[in-house]
Amino acid sequence: MIEEAVVSRVLGAALKTGGDFAEVFAEDKRSSSGRLDDGKIEELGSGRDRGAGIRVVAGDTTGFAHTADLSEAGLMAAAEAAGAAARGGGGGVNTVALTRRSVTSQPVGERPEEVAKATKVELLQRANDTARSQGNAIKQVSASYGDSRRQILVANSDGLIAADDQTRTLFVVGVVASGDTGMQTGRRSIGHTMGFELFDRYQVEDLAREAAEQALTKLKARPAPSGALPVVIGKGGGGVLFHEACGHGLEADHIQKNVSVFAGRVGQLVASPLVTIVDDGTVANEWGTFAIDDEGTPAQRNVLIEDGVLTDYMWDQLRARKEGRKLSGNGRRQSYKHLPMVRMTNTYLTNRDSTPEEIVADTPNGVYVAHLGGGQVNTATGDFVFGMTEAYLIEDGKITEPLREGNLIGNGPKVLEMIDAVGNDFEMGPPGTCGKDGQGVPVGDGVPTLRVSSLTVGGTAA
Amino acid sequence: MSEELLQIGDRIVAQARAGEQVEVVVGRSTSTEVRVYEGNVEQLASATSAGIGVRVIAGNRQGFAYAGSLDPDVMAETLAEARDNATFATDDEWLGLAEPDGVAVPDLDLYREDLAKVSTESKIDLAVELEKAVRAADRRITGVEAADYADGLSEGAVVTTSGIRTASRDSSCYVSTYCVAQDGDDTQTGFGFSVGRMPEDLDVAAAADDASRRATRLLGATQPRSGRVTVVFDPYVTAQFLGIIGSTLSGEAVLKGRSLFADRLGEEVAAAAFTLIDDATNPLAYSAGETDGEGLASRRNVLIDGGRLQRFVHNAYTARRSGTASTANAVRGFSSTPSVGCRALSLAPGTDLQPELLKAVGDGVLVSSVSGLHSGVNPVSGDFSTGAEGLRISSGELADPLREFTIASTLQRMLADVAAVGADIEWLPMRAAGVSLVVHDLTVSGA
Repeated sequence: MIEEAVVSRVLGAALKTGGDFAEVFAEDKRSSSGRLDDGKIEELGSGRDRGAGIRVVAGDTTGFAHTADLSEAGLMAAAEAAGAAARGGGGGVNTVALTRRSVTSQPVGERPEEVAKATKVELLQRANDTARSQGNAIKQVSASYGDSRRQILVANSDGLIAADDQTRTLFVVGVVASGDTGMQTGRRSIGHTMGFELFDRYQVEDLAREAAEQALTKLKARPAPSGALPVVIGKGGGGVLFHEACGHGLEADHIQKNVSVFAGRVGQLVASPLVTIVDDGTVANEWGTFAIDDEGTPAQRNVLIEDGVLTDYMWDQLRARKEGRKLSGNGRRQSYKHLPMVRMTNTYLTNRDSTPEEIVADTPNGVYVAHLGGGQVNTATGDFVFGMTEAYLIEDGKITEPLREGNLIGNGPKVLEMIDAVGNDFEMGPPGTCGKDGQGVPVGDGVPTLRVSSLTVGGTAA
Repeated sequence: MSEELLQIGDRIVAQARAGEQVEVVVGRSTSTEVRVYEGNVEQLASATSAGIGVRVIAGNRQGFAYAGSLDPDVMAETLAEARDNATFATDDEWLGLAEPDGVAVPDLDLYREDLAKVSTESKIDLAVELEKAVRAADRRITGVEAADYADGLSEGAVVTTSGIRTASRDSSCYVSTYCVAQDGDDTQTGFGFSVGRMPEDLDVAAAADDASRRATRLLGATQPRSGRVTVVFDPYVTAQFLGIIGSTLSGEAVLKGRSLFADRLGEEVAAAAFTLIDDATNPLAYSAGETDGEGLASRRNVLIDGGRLQRFVHNAYTARRSGTASTANAVRGFSSTPSVGCRALSLAPGTDLQPELLKAVGDGVLVSSVSGLHSGVNPVSGDFSTGAEGLRISSGELADPLREFTIASTLQRMLADVAAVGADIEWLPMRAAGVSLVVHDLTVSGA
C-alpha cells in the first residue's frame, strides 16, 4: 500500500513537533453488496475506501488527521496536521526504523471478488424463493449479501510495522408476515471472517426458512409481560447480554475516566461463580476476529471474568501506555478516518454443566428469549437494555406461547450476580456491529443457555 | 467552490452511453473535532473527505458504485463498476432518475465561509470553557467524560443525464458534554449540547446547565412499580419518537408492505393535537438542506394534519411507482443509492410550556431519556418498548427520580393517545425537533 521507506519518513515528520508517539494506519477496503427486496434484485453495489489516518500523541493529547491521498506529499500533510495538535518542544528524528511483525491473516477459501456476480445474485433469489414458499402469510422478503476485503498497514514510532488482510462475508434475510393481528417480522443473519466458502457452511435456504418461521410464529404472539421475572436466554445470540451488562464497562477508557461501575474492582467477585467471560479476537473465522488489531497488536484471548472474579479490563495503546500495561489486542477503529478506541472482539460466556432442558424445566414461570436484538448500556450507572426479537412464555417449566417484541432492562453488576444457571450448549451467535462514540466495528458474541433469576421485562401485559 | 464539484459530475455524466441514465453525486467535507479532558486537549482531529457515487440505469436495470476519493483513475473505475453492476439487477419499469420539476432551489443561507477561518485555539477554548462550566454547575458533578467541540463544512452536487444539476452546502458546529454526578454510592449521568452554524451561535452555559441538571436530578432514583400511566416526554425523547413515526410514513415502506399506515391515507391515525410536518427548508432545523439526495429542491410537506394522515414521503422511484410526485425526500450520502426518509420533522406546537402540561397531567411520569430504541421498537409491527429514566409527576409537580424501567405500548395506540403537544419546540442535532409531548396510557414496567 505504502513503501516502508515512506512510512518511516512520515513517522519522522509526525514527531517533528515533539510528540511522544506517532502512528500511521493505512487502509484499502473494497466491498461488494447485493440487495433483493420486493422480489427484485434492486441493486448491486461496489465500494472502495482507501486512505490513511495519522496520530501523534504528546503527553495526554492526541492529534489526528486523515487523508485519502496516499502519496508521500499527502501523507506528509496529514502528519503535519496531526503533529500540529500535539505541539511540544520540537523533536529530533527524521525517520523511524521499522521492524516488521509477521502475522497470519485469517485464511480465505474462496475470494469473494473472484466469484461471479451472477452467483451472488442467485443466492439472493434462492433465499427469496424459499422464504416466500413458507405460506401465504409471508408478504414481503428482503435479502442482502455483502463482502469486504480490508487490507491494513500499521506502523508506529516504537518501530512496529504490521499488516493484515481481512475478508468478511455476510448474508441477511428479512421477512414480513401478515395476519389478523397485523404484521410481524423475522430476521436471520450469518457472517464470518472468511470468503465465499461461507455458503458451503450455511445454506441460504435454511436462513430463509428460519426467518419466515420466526415471523409466522410471532403472528400468534401475545403481549409480553410487564415486570420482574426469571428470564432464560437461549444459546448463541444471548451474548448481547454480556456485551452490554459488563463488556463495555470493562473497556479501559471507561475505567480510566471512572465512568464504569467496574472501576477499581479487579480481583473482586463481581458475578455469580458460574460466570466466566472471555473476549477473544482469535476464534477462527468469527465475525470479530482478526490477525492484528487496528494498532498492530496481535489478537488475543483475554479472560475478563473467571468464576465470577474480575480478572482484567480490555486495553488499547493509549490506555495501556498510560498505565504501563501490556496490550490486549482491543484497539480498533471503524476506518482510517477514525481514532482507535478500546473495543470488544468476540465476547462470550463459557459452558457449565446444566442441560438447556434442565434449566427450562427448573423455571416454574418466566420468559424464554430465543433471539435477541441489540442493546445499549450506560457504563457509569450499569443500567442496560436489550431487545427480544423472539421470545416465549415459560409456564410450569415448559416453553409455551410466543410473545411480542420488547426490551428488557437490568443493571449490569446486579444481573451478573443473579445468573443462577448456565448450560453446556455453548454456541456463537449471529454477527453484530458494536457502536461506540459514533464508530461501528464487527463483533461476535456467544453463550450457552443461561438463566437470570430476575430481569424487568418491558411488555404491556399485566 | 461547488462549481468544481459540479464539473466533476459533468465530466462523468458526459460519458453516458446512448440509452443510459447516469447520476453522479459528489460530496466533500472538512471537519474539526476537539475533545477536552481535565483542562487539556485529549483529542484533536481534523479531516477532509471527498467522494463520488455513480448510479447507472440502463434497460430498466440499476447499478451503483462509490469511491471515497476524487482521483481520476478511481472515478473512472467507479463508473465502469456501476455499469457492470446494472447488468445483474432485475428489470424494473419504474426505475429512473429524478427530473427537474420546476421547484426553485431555496437559498437557506446555511453556509458560513468564516467557519473555515476560526482558529483551532478558539475551538479548544470553547471545549475547555464547557468542561469548566459543567464542573462548576453543581458540587455533585464528579466527572466530565467528554467535553467536545466539533464542526464541519460540507458541500455536495448532483448531476444527471435527466437535467438535474444542483449544488448545496452548509456549515454546522456544536458543543456537547457528558457528565457524571455522584452522591454517596449513587451515580447518574447527563448530557447537554448546543448547536449552531458558527461558534458564536453556541450557548456553552446552557449546554453545561442541561448536562448538570439531567445528571443531578436523577440522583437517588429508584425503580418504579409496574402499571399504566400518563407519560410526558421531554423534548429530546419526543424527537426520537418522531423519527420512528417518520420511518413508517416512507413511500418505500408503503410500497413494500412494511408500513403500518399503508392503507390509511386520509384517515384519522392520531389525536387531533398531532400535526406532523417535514420541512428541510426551515433554516432553524439542524438537518435543513437546500436539495434532497437526488438534487431536487427541498420543500415543506405536512404529513399528518390534526391527526389525519395527509401524505407519505417519496423519492423519484417510489413517487413514480405510486403515481405521484417526489416530495424531495431522497436521503443518502455519496456511498449509497437514495432511500426515502423524513429530513426535518417537527410537530405543530401547542400553547402550554412543560410546567402547565405537568399540572394538567396531575400524576404520571416524565421520561427524560430512553434507551434501546433500535432493539425494542419494531416500526413494522408497531410494538414499542424502550428503557427509560425520568421523574415521577405528583399532583402536577416533578417529584422523585426514577430509573431502570421500561415504557411500552404500540405506535398506533400512542398516536391515538396523544393528549397534548407543548409550546417548547427545541431544534436538536438530529432530523427531528423536540417538544414536550403528553401521551396517555403507557405501560411502565419496573419492580
